[in-house]
Amino acid sequence: MALSIEDWLGYLLLLGRGGMVTVKLTIASCAIGFSLALVIGLCRLSRFAAIRWATTAYVEFFRSTSIYVQLFWVYYVLPLVGVNLSAIEAGILGLSLNTAAYGSELVRAAVQTVPREQHEAGIALNLTRWQRLRHVTLPQSFVVMLPLFNNLSIEVMKLTAIVSLITITELTFQAQIIRVQTGSTAIPYLASLAFYFLFASLIAFGFRTLERRFARGHEGVRG
Amino acid sequence: MEQTGAPRAESSIVEFVDVEKSFGSHRVLDCLSFSAKRGDHIALIGPSGSGKTTILRILMTLESISRGDVIVDGINLYKESVNGVHRTASERHVRDVRSKIGMVFQHFNLFPHKSVLANITLAPVLNGKLTKSAAREKALDLLNMVGLADKADAMPASLSGGQKQRVAIARALALEPQILLCDEITSALDPELVEEVLNVIKRLGQQTDMTMLLVTHEMSFAHEFADRVLFLESGRIIEEGTPDRIFSNPEKERTRAFLRKIIAAGHRV
Repeated sequence: MALSIEDWLGYLLLLGRGGMVTVKLTIASCAIGFSLALVIGLCRLSRFAAIRWATTAYVEFFRSTSIYVQLFWVYYVLPLVGVNLSAIEAGILGLSLNTAAYGSELVRAAVQTVPREQHEAGIALNLTRWQRLRHVTLPQSFVVMLPLFNNLSIEVMKLTAIVSLITITELTFQAQIIRVQTGSTAIPYLASLAFYFLFASLIAFGFRTLERRFARGHEGVRG
Repeated sequence: MEQTGAPRAESSIVEFVDVEKSFGSHRVLDCLSFSAKRGDHIALIGPSGSGKTTILRILMTLESISRGDVIVDGINLYKESVNGVHRTASERHVRDVRSKIGMVFQHFNLFPHKSVLANITLAPVLNGKLTKSAAREKALDLLNMVGLADKADAMPASLSGGQKQRVAIARALALEPQILLCDEITSALDPELVEEVLNVIKRLGQQTDMTMLLVTHEMSFAHEFADRVLFLESGRIIEEGTPDRIFSNPEKERTRAFLRKIIAAGHRV
């Protein structure tokens, strides 16, 4: 089967459309996932045991069960109890909840790198709990979080391939379609590899720029 | 006014009444009582682990107490009576009392992500004590006082230990505390930087009526600066008196033994 340039351009367009779905899934899941991660990560350090337990249970559930099964639950089982989500909504929900579980551990770890003495300085200055969190702890742990979230964002991008299982035509799904239709394996998969790689590089570049901006003045030992 | 023990002196600003503090089975403070009058300069000396730092940390509410009462300016720090019922003080009550107290730490504990100026203005602005511009003006005055007017925009990481500690003193003073706690504030400094920090403290002692409690290993400074010296060991006050008496004529053998060790280690008394 000989394909013309026009045919290949058409397929490339198809792949590009899949790529845009991957980009959207990644951005939406990271935005929702990271926001949730911040809240859950801080809850895991709460002074109230009930809040700690609840959020620990959440994290353990999503870390210890297959995202594949979770997605099937969200997409195929939730409708049985009356919750109907579109494939893309279900995909974003599943990815976000997972991202939040992993991300909350990063938030917790980053917050714990802030030395106890910093909290004590905040108390000695009579700051409230919230003021200490907002002005002392979070700005310092944010610098630690950035490279960790860089990594997690790229993991989320790669994880988006799994939502093809609930009929979302993202990048990997489109590559499969093209392979079936053209019989060519090398070209569609090479193109999708290139796409993933470029997108990941863009994410990493963005985070490194942020890191440089926020690391200013932080060099050297803690004051 | 909530207090269980009657104040010993009308003008006591800090009073510890039978305070006990334990970490697990280890008793750090053992039925400890003392009081400080307004404007007192009290040096707490003693071997490490004697509980002197714990006294300051309890006053700053960085540690809780196991038993007893801590009374600051007539108000019980850890207990509150609401409609006649005594209970553990609420966060709000603690913050009210805490606003009278400032602390300078051994390791400075400046905020590394904030400039020198922002370190000083942060709390007065957040606490609603000063407007942004008033806080800035006050911070610059304080920096001037500690000899660091040119460092307002520097980041803490670029300062020497002595400079960091002077910024930390300015930061504590910005809240205008009535009581200043200094916890081994020169112990982490290179020897040649100790004096610039102690000079600031000396000047504060002369120019303000702040009550000052200092934990220190600088015996000559304690001798010169303090009105009263408390010698602690194993969570108890072994001996207290004027610096002249404690340093030149201690009554207790344990005080003598401690001072001998300190002198042998090369400290002047």
